[in-house]
Amino acid sequence: MVDRINTSVRRVPSWLIYLATVAYTVWLFYLGMTGGLGAEPINALERELGITALQLVTVGLAVTPLRKHFRINLIKHRRAIGVSAFFVVLVHLLVWLFLDVQTLDRIWADILKRPYITIGMTGFVLMLPLAVTSNNLSVRKLGLVWRKLHKLTYAVAILGAVHYVMVAKGFQIVPLVYLAVIAGLLLLRLRLPVLRTRQA
Amino acid sequence: MANRWTNDLSGRDVTPEHIYMNRRTLLAGLAASAALPGMARGQSLPEPNSWDDITSYNNYYEFGTGKGDPARNAHRLTVSPWTVRIDGLVDKPGDYAFDDIMKNMTIEERIYRFRCVEAWSMVVPWNGFELADLLDMVGVQGAAKYVAFETVARPEEMPGLRSRVLDWPYVEGLRLDEAMHPLTIMATGIYGRDIPKQNGAPLRLVVPWKYGYKSIKSIVRITLTDKEPPTSWNKSQPSEYGFYSNVNPTVDHPRWSQASERRIGGGLFSSRIDTLMFNGYEQEVASLYKDMDLVKYH
Repeated sequence: MVDRINTSVRRVPSWLIYLATVAYTVWLFYLGMTGGLGAEPINALERELGITALQLVTVGLAVTPLRKHFRINLIKHRRAIGVSAFFVVLVHLLVWLFLDVQTLDRIWADILKRPYITIGMTGFVLMLPLAVTSNNLSVRKLGLVWRKLHKLTYAVAILGAVHYVMVAKGFQIVPLVYLAVIAGLLLLRLRLPVLRTRQA
Repeated sequence: MANRWTNDLSGRDVTPEHIYMNRRTLLAGLAASAALPGMARGQSLPEPNSWDDITSYNNYYEFGTGKGDPARNAHRLTVSPWTVRIDGLVDKPGDYAFDDIMKNMTIEERIYRFRCVEAWSMVVPWNGFELADLLDMVGVQGAAKYVAFETVARPEEMPGLRSRVLDWPYVEGLRLDEAMHPLTIMATGIYGRDIPKQNGAPLRLVVPWKYGYKSIKSIVRITLTDKEPPTSWNKSQPSEYGFYSNVNPTVDHPRWSQASERRIGGGLFSSRIDTLMFNGYEQEVASLYKDMDLVKYH
């Protein structure tokens, strides 16, 4: 079973993931312009893109635990997943900047004054060095530093989930589920005695 | 005391034809005939939002937290027969049938700006009667200082009640002078039709100078009290939602700015507009709050 999954995963070319991400984004804009996202398409776009980005980050975080605990190997696509997540976050940010808030003073005031936006922006800024070093040359040149640098993903994931939790009004379950799943995936990486025995 | 206020938002009467005239076709038509002298006027006096906008983009958490959830789920709500219990400090407490209330009320059209606390807004042509007329009908006693309202809560008809986003049933309240103000209405229709279930059928409060969540939907109980009644969002997050909840561009929500808003219906490339003090009804209602600290009593 696991072998079959791994074989089919290997057969999927990674460029398909990039293509799907771009196609999905274009499709969302098309829906937004033609009424498919409802009466308030700007907010709908922000939400859709934000949630998709968080899902991609979560899948990216799951790659290592899946291999360690279930021998399912998605490592070949991890870069495509990560870069796609960055792309969707970038579009999410651009929609907020240019379609939603629009003026510089409002943008600046929001980044400084609104904790959930400060947190979201911090997450985006932390993604920048990861996106820039997502190429073979950087991996080779940076070596151990690259591996340490890309642990920033953990912080990015937590910031993204907290950003989502903070936007919700009232007591809403879904954002908390994202936060819990991400926290769980990070806990799996700790060398806890409990987990070590299970591996053995 | 009906007809104490004259619409100021639309130069023309809102006729049922508007329902069938999509806002975008209307705008396209205007653009095509840009030379028309009516154009400038059309821009300064906003057209009411389309029937589709008003009935598809709703916050009614008893039917789900998504903006489209109420339109999808509200059909399960039984709105006829409907009874409103009016009690507390009134001369004639009792269970009032919706139809009996309607027989005694004068229905008028009120075109109001509607500003959600989430920083979006619409213009809605409501049909309804002044809350003051209903309160006069039951006789408000001298000791009454506040009016409390309660929304219906039927788990079998309202799927959103399963999650405890808020403490159900939804409750709201007004100070008595706010409740008696000519702008405060009980809406029973939109665009001359019965009010749709997702908009709070069969009767809901509309207080146009306050954030939308004060305008409680599908009311089953009205209680006159001498104490400030609890209100749902205030109970859930006191620092974010006050009892008064007057639209005020200078008092931000702790998580976002209230200085500007997005008018629904402008599409993907619309700009934000400045939020007006008391949602543009400053002249009419500012006197209710003179000498009050509007930051403290937000």
